[in-house]
Amino acid sequence: MELTTVWFLAIAGLWIGYFVLEGFDFGVGTLLRVLGRNEPERRAVITTIGPVWDGNEVWLIVAGGATFAAFPEWYATLFSGFYLPLFAILVSLILRGVALEYRGKRDDLVWRGRMDTMITVGSVLPALLWGLTFANLVRGVPLDDSFEYVGTFGDLLSPFALLGAVAFTAVFVAHGAIFLALRTTDDLRARANRLASRAGLVAAVLVIVFLAWAQTIRGDTGSWIVAAAAVVAFAGGLVANWVRREGWAFLGTALAVGLAVASLFAAMFPAVMPSTLDPQSTLTTVDAASTPYTLKVLTIIAGIFLPLVMLYQGWTYWVFRKRITVEPVAVSESAT
Amino acid sequence: MDTLDLARWQFAITTVYHFFFVPVTISLVAITAGLQTAWYRTGKEKYLRLTKFYGKLFLINIAMGVVTGLVQEFQFGMNWSDYSRFVGDVFGAPLALEGILAFFLESTFIGLWIFGWERLPRLVHLGCIWMVVLGTQLSAYFILAANSWMQNPVGFRYNASRGRAELTDVWAVLTNKVVLVTYPHTIFAAFMVGGAFVAGVALWHLIRRPLVDHDVFRTALKIGAVIVIAAGAGVAISGDQQGKVMTEVQPMKMAAAEALYETEKPASFSVFTVGTLDGSREIFSVKLPHLLSFLATGNFNGEVKGINSLQAAYEQLYGPGSYKPNIPLTYWTFRLMIGVGMASAVLAVWLLWVTRRGRAPARWLIWVAAPLPLLPLLANTFGWIFTETGRQPWLVFGLLPTASGVSPGTTSGEVITSLVGFTVLYGVLAVVEAKLMLRTIRGGLAGTDGPAPSPDDAPDDAAKPLSFAY
Ligand code: HDD
Ligand code: HEM
Ligand code: HEM
Repeated sequence: MELTTVWFLAIAGLWIGYFVLEGFDFGVGTLLRVLGRNEPERRAVITTIGPVWDGNEVWLIVAGGATFAAFPEWYATLFSGFYLPLFAILVSLILRGVALEYRGKRDDLVWRGRMDTMITVGSVLPALLWGLTFANLVRGVPLDDSFEYVGTFGDLLSPFALLGAVAFTAVFVAHGAIFLALRTTDDLRARANRLASRAGLVAAVLVIVFLAWAQTIRGDTGSWIVAAAAVVAFAGGLVANWVRREGWAFLGTALAVGLAVASLFAAMFPAVMPSTLDPQSTLTTVDAASTPYTLKVLTIIAGIFLPLVMLYQGWTYWVFRKRITVEPVAVSESAT
Repeated sequence: MDTLDLARWQFAITTVYHFFFVPVTISLVAITAGLQTAWYRTGKEKYLRLTKFYGKLFLINIAMGVVTGLVQEFQFGMNWSDYSRFVGDVFGAPLALEGILAFFLESTFIGLWIFGWERLPRLVHLGCIWMVVLGTQLSAYFILAANSWMQNPVGFRYNASRGRAELTDVWAVLTNKVVLVTYPHTIFAAFMVGGAFVAGVALWHLIRRPLVDHDVFRTALKIGAVIVIAAGAGVAISGDQQGKVMTEVQPMKMAAAEALYETEKPASFSVFTVGTLDGSREIFSVKLPHLLSFLATGNFNGEVKGINSLQAAYEQLYGPGSYKPNIPLTYWTFRLMIGVGMASAVLAVWLLWVTRRGRAPARWLIWVAAPLPLLPLLANTFGWIFTETGRQPWLVFGLLPTASGVSPGTTSGEVITSLVGFTVLYGVLAVVEAKLMLRTIRGGLAGTDGPAPSPDDAPDDAAKPLSFAY
């Protein structure tokens, strides 16, 4: 296989990792005030993602860094073209990260309430905006012949893109609710489970429409099959959730998120930024790529270290596999 | 202001801001790991309490380092897309290495450390914080390798048809002679900040609450002060080497650092100048003869090239234009870096002296507690502003002028939005973080004698929920 194709797959893999992992963080953050009805419950909700959210976010950093290294043109066009959505994503992620780390550092319910708001906003907004961004990636944006984005912010707000925003968010909410059901006990667990079923149905409808629309815009047989598999996995997850097999349910939504993102990348390939103007100005893997030498260096590094990363991140999930119980004690412990 | 100026301001603001947190993180995590190791080896309670106390301060700090770092990575593409196209093939490799090797390590093991007190065997838990230390070191090395390539491009060829630099030797990039001197200098400089922070906080407690946890904070004061002094020596030694490499690869920066217009042999080091620094008029200045020759060349009688002759040489080489950075800025930031930073080392020596053999620090020394960590932190900022502005007008020295790196399609409205947005957000966060820090510092060691970490034998029995962290 061409190294450019390998790296296209690698970048797709990094984004899949990011959305599968951070997807449930976003969902949990969105549901923080919905499922967490009081401070002990909200604390339990946050603790489910506490040890892992930062590691999950690094998938984004590495996706960005790897795109910069392997496809500089793609990185340059994508990041400068989607300027305002990315700016808003950064602001949201900053608010969310700071709030997650700081909420427990003060024994003060007003403080914690404020941090919870920041967590919710910082989870909903990026979910919406990533949906918007990826929908636009597939749909194509106006690029000139030097691969510069020549549209306006308004061009990013087509109905299809807005649907993408809502669909991503709905799926993350369902994914997050199932994660919560898997990681908590008693009443909280039961409520998360019920909410997952309801949110899951809405998400299923949105996702089917969005993926089908995406595939009609730019799909081939292969990408259609992947998209269909995503829908099947999602349905399987919902059924498992219905019969309260939370582990299987989570596997189902995780697969669904991964396959859905994969279907979008598959639909684009070999383009990385389709242009809506002249087909000549569509940016492809080959136009965007670094030299074979650089790609070879990157392949060696990623080949050795990414499996290692997965190993120790997997170990983290294993260490913290115990379900979180809601603790009745009032806010008083100090954190380390 | 056009997009170029706006983008430059934005880069300067967000990067300087990121670098307020980075030196604290780099050093404080290592100091925390050292304290925890001391507890592990000696079993002394005071080390455990210090580990938790400074560990908590470290966590407050790293949160900001992490979120501001994210902006750093994105803005290369957002504001500097032509720069990204030009350097991506070379520059991307260390950046990707940083993500894959360093950031995953840091972020994963920090979660394990925060939440793992009751879950992991003691030795494994201790190992987690050392993995974070390793992560910060790797991250510093790779990003500095990337930066050093911009100061002194190596291991590449220029591809004219694609108009970009292409990597030919990744090893040359990772062992650039600039990164070999920059890395130790930056790390030592970071330890000056962390040591001073530990000492400053301890000093405040010793004076404000002389009866509370006196012994523990005496230990902390001593540890902190010794770190500042040792790191200060390291900074001076590595800085001296850096000066020589800099003179070799960017002689204009050294000339600008001294506002040295005419070539001198031997050259004297200017301590400060009252005047215009444009080479025309000098009202008053203090000079140390021969010192600049030594700093720049290692020989007390070596020749140091002046701005005017370098300008002429560069015009020959690169065509007409000005190749001078902002002279007053480079002149003063260079001096302030050395002056302000070394002042903190002197303070640390003095603090050790006045608290020797159990002596209590005088009350008025409370006024030293806050400046102590701020001085080396400011020195770091000055050093970076010197390094980065001294490279101007080049973005990549000798290859890519700053003006050619900016995103062509980005509008000034977009850059203003993000510039104002980040500046306001960063301002607010600075207040929040400073308040939280001060609060936590004032809270002292209360609570650090909380839940005892799990015994070695039964890590999994911890049926207790994760009560430690959030
Ligand atoms: C506590 C902070 C601190 C202190 C006390 C010093 N420095 Fe420094 N210096 C830095 C913190 C720093 C830095 C971390 O801010 C920089 C910016 C880039 C770098 O590599 O380190 C720096 C850059 C820097 C450079 C520019 C390198 C380049 O642009 O290529 C030189 C020549 C020196 N330093 C030399 C010195 C000398 C001779 C010092 C004292 C004897 C000294 N520094 C003290
Ligand atoms: C090591 C990683 C770093 C890289 C890759 C890097 C890269 C850059 C780039 C691309 C620019 C923008 C173009 C320009 O205006 O020249 C810049 C400018 C600047 N950077 Fe850095 N930088 C790094 C570290 C830092 C740090 C740690 C600081 C300060 C604490 C800093 C301070 C500045 C300043 C003040 C400017 C504006 C210079 C000017 O425009 O005149 N840099 N740097
Ligand atoms: C302009 C170039 C820079 C970029 C693109 C950059 C990027 C980043 C990113 C993405 C993070 C967040 C990582 C996480 O989520 O864990 C981060 C944090 C960090 N950066 Fe930077 N950084 C830059 C400059 C620097 C410099 C010059 C240093 C050190 C010499 C440095 C050292 C660190 C360290 C140690 C951390 C982790 C600890 C902390 O977050 O405070 N960075 N950086």
